[in-house]
Amino acid sequence: MNDITISIQDKTYRSGHLDDRQHQAIADLQLGVGRNEFVCLLGPSGCGKTTLLNMIAGLDSHYQGHIRIGSQAATAKIGYVFQNPRLLPWYTVRQNIEVVFAQTPPAALIDALLADMQLSDVQQVYPERLSLGMQRRVAIIRAFAINPDILLMDEPFVSLDAPSARQVRNLLYSLWQQRPHTVLFVSHDLREAIALADRLIFLSPPPMRIISDIPVNIPRELRNDEAQIEAFREHLLSQHPAINGLL
Amino acid sequence: MLTGIFKFNHTTITLLSLLVLLGIWQLAASVANSLTLPYPAHVAQVFWQATQSGELPYHLGVTLLRLLVSFSIAMVLGCAIGVMLGKNKTLDAFFDNWLVIFLNIPALVTIILCYVWFGLAESAAILAVVINKLPNVIVTIREGTRALDKDLLEMAESYRFERKKTFVHVIWPQLHPFVMAATRSGLALIWKIILVVELLGRSNGMGYQLHLFFQLFDVASLLAYTFAFVAVIQLIEWLLLRPLDRKALRWRR
Repeated sequence: MNDITISIQDKTYRSGHLDDRQHQAIADLQLGVGRNEFVCLLGPSGCGKTTLLNMIAGLDSHYQGHIRIGSQAATAKIGYVFQNPRLLPWYTVRQNIEVVFAQTPPAALIDALLADMQLSDVQQVYPERLSLGMQRRVAIIRAFAINPDILLMDEPFVSLDAPSARQVRNLLYSLWQQRPHTVLFVSHDLREAIALADRLIFLSPPPMRIISDIPVNIPRELRNDEAQIEAFREHLLSQHPAINGLL
Repeated sequence: MLTGIFKFNHTTITLLSLLVLLGIWQLAASVANSLTLPYPAHVAQVFWQATQSGELPYHLGVTLLRLLVSFSIAMVLGCAIGVMLGKNKTLDAFFDNWLVIFLNIPALVTIILCYVWFGLAESAAILAVVINKLPNVIVTIREGTRALDKDLLEMAESYRFERKKTFVHVIWPQLHPFVMAATRSGLALIWKIILVVELLGRSNGMGYQLHLFFQLFDVASLLAYTFAFVAVIQLIEWLLLRPLDRKALRWRR
C-alpha cells in the first residue's frame, strides 16, 4: 500500500518569454511512495523537480492529474525544506520553528530536535547571524517538527562546502532514522542520493518522465562508508549508462 | 592635540550647537534692534506666559488632535489600499492614474475645495488633510507590498498558515520599514498642511493663532508657538518612532 500516490497526466506552463509559448513540464508521471520510504529524485537541472515538489506541497495546482497523500489529500501536513532555508529573519531560530505550529508548540520535541541537530546553543539567535549550513539545519528541524505526512526536500545541501554538506547530511540521516518519515528528496548529486535513499528515481529532461527506478540495497549501518557508496555508484553507472548523461 | 580638544561626546555637541544658534540669534536681535526680531529671552517670557494662561497648550492640543485623527485615517486607509494595489495588477493599473493626479494637486487647492464643498467645518478640515496625505501612504505601502518576498509567502502557504497568521508573521514585518517611512514623511507633511487648513478655515489651533499673530505683527508669540511646535515633533520622534524602529529592527545584522 502506497502512502503517497502521484499521477500527473499533464503539467504545462507559459514560458514567460515574449513568444509566450506553452512549455510542457511533465507529460506523464506515475509514482508511488511507501510509508516511511526515503526516495531520491535525480535529474538534470531544469527538468521540473522543484515544480513537482511545489505541486505536491499544494503551492501549484494548475495541472491535470491527482496527488494523494495518506488518506486525506487536502489536509495533509507538509514539511518542506526549500533550496534556500526560507527562515523568517525577524524571528530567532526557536521562534522560526515554533511559528509553524497551529497550536501550542511542543517545547520538549523542539528541544530534542535542536539537540539532535546540534543547534541548542543558538536557538535564541537570529538566522542571518548563522552560517548557511546552520540555517539549513533549522529549516530541516522546522520540517520534522510538525510531524508531517510527507517531507519534501529540494536540494537542501546545495552550495554548502563538502564538509558542511556531509555534516548536515549525516545529521539528517540520523534524525530520519530516529523519526522515520516519508521523504521525497531532490538531488543532482548521485553519491549524496545513494548515501541517503531507499530508492533512486531518475528523471528525464522536460517533459519529465521516469527513466529508471532503482532500489538502494546498502544496509543502513554502512551508509557512512565511502567505499560502499562508490562501489554502488560504479555498478549503477555500468548497468545504466543512460544515467551518466543525465547528471 | 587638536583632535583631542574637539573630541566631545554627542550630548555636548548638541548642547553646544544649540547654544551657538541662540548666540547668533541674540547677536542678530541686538544688531537689528527691532520689534520684528525679539530677543530670545523675550520669546521665552512670552512662551511662559502663553503656557501659564493655557492658551498655547489649548491651541497646540487642538492641532495635535486634528493631526492624530487625520493621520490615523490616512494611515489605515492608505495601508489597506496600498496592500490591495500592490497585490492586484489590474486594480493597480486602473488607480495608478488617479494616484498620479492626486499626488500632483497642490495641497492648497484640496483645502480650498474641501471648504467650498463641505463648508468651514471640522470634518472638511480633516478630510482636506487626509486627501493630501493618502496618496503618499498608498504609494509607499504599494512599493512595500510589491517587494514582499515570494519565497517566504510560499513557505507560509506550504506550512498551511492561515491568512491572519501569514499577515502577522510574514507580511507585516516586511511592510514595517515602509509603514515607518510613510509615518515619518506623513507627519512632516501633515504638520505643514494642517497649519494652512487651520489658517484658512478654523477658529482655533496653531494655524489660526499664527495667522492672528501675523495680523498683529506679534513676532515674539509667533516664535514662541513655533518652538513649542518643533519641540513636540522632536518628542514624537524620540519617544515614539525611534523606540518602534529599534524594537522592530533588532534582528538586522
